Amino acid sequence: MSNPTHIEQSEADLVRLAQQGDLPAFEILTDRHAHRVYGVALRILRNVHDAEDVTQQTFLSAIEHLAAFRGRRSGSGAAPLEFPPVGESGAASQDQPDESAPGTTMFGAWLLKIAARAALKVIRKRRTVEMTSLDEALEVGPGEEHLPHPEFIADWRQVPDVLAQRAEVRELLDRALENLDEKHRLIFLLRDVEGLSIRETAEALGLSEGNVKVRLLRARLQLREELTRTLGDPERQLRPHDHSST
Amino acid sequence: MKCSELLAMLNEYVDGTVDPAICEEFERHMAGCNPCQVVVDNIRNTIILYKGNEVHELPIPFQKKLHAAVRKHWQEVCPGDKPE
Ligand SMILES: [Zn+2]
Repeated sequence: MSNPTHIEQSEADLVRLAQQGDLPAFEILTDRHAHRVYGVALRILRNVHDAEDVTQQTFLSAIEHLAAFRGRRSGSGAAPLEFPPVGESGAASQDQPDESAPGTTMFGAWLLKIAARAALKVIRKRRTVEMTSLDEALEVGPGEEHLPHPEFIADWRQVPDVLAQRAEVRELLDRALENLDEKHRLIFLLRDVEGLSIRETAEALGLSEGNVKVRLLRARLQLREELTRTLGDPERQLRPHDHSST
Repeated sequence: MKCSELLAMLNEYVDGTVDPAICEEFERHMAGCNPCQVVVDNIRNTIILYKGNEVHELPIPFQKKLHAAVRKHWQEVCPGDKPE
């Protein structure tokens, strides 16, 4: 059972305790992060059983590699943080999430990276069956550097907070995401939905940062296009700017 | 700056990692280009909408299974086993 005195502990303290062999501390960390890990696995794999497997693998793998976790977040410009040595005070800032990733602590980001790699393995296994290579799919192909230009441009009729309440909008989000190919979907999920940095996303998927950036932009543009066709106000539709005169 | 140049730097602008000098140029373009302004706004809303997407609760039986597996594996691996 979890030690009740642990509940109040900061994440950095819990990680340190777990690294010293304290199981209740690790159990609290598991409880805090399990739904997040499960969520990303489910979004990537779209299969409850596989998502459960990946979640379990993630925490078991975390146990094995706990000693190697240094609380360092490879982030977008943010200075790397490290847990101070045991016994030193002033660790208050350790739980500050990266500004690019609201709600994601360093330990959380570490777990998500492990989960993404485990999910990728499941996809690779599925691919072997389908006889197509994901590694091939993860390469940036010729012509991919070319960006699609926005076509349907219009302000949305409602703000995201209101839209998010509607069931048909959530269906639209799922559908638009499914229309992305795997590589774009994975990158968008890890970076924009889960809040990993560009570098963390690249590390999780074994891609270059440049590759992740190009893919992310294409994913964002494609999703924007699709959502705006439904959510945009046709009466306020704008034509793309014509540069022939400038 | 042309619309296509703005498009190429959209990530950096939306994520707030763009160079200040380029950021200024970016904003000057948007002030005079309504379509680009709307595209940037659409992209921001798209990200917000997906970020706010539902939280997946762990199925209760799996929660129990996970706890048991963690405890079992912990005993097997015993990390941070300190020499006394
Ligand atoms: Zn423009």
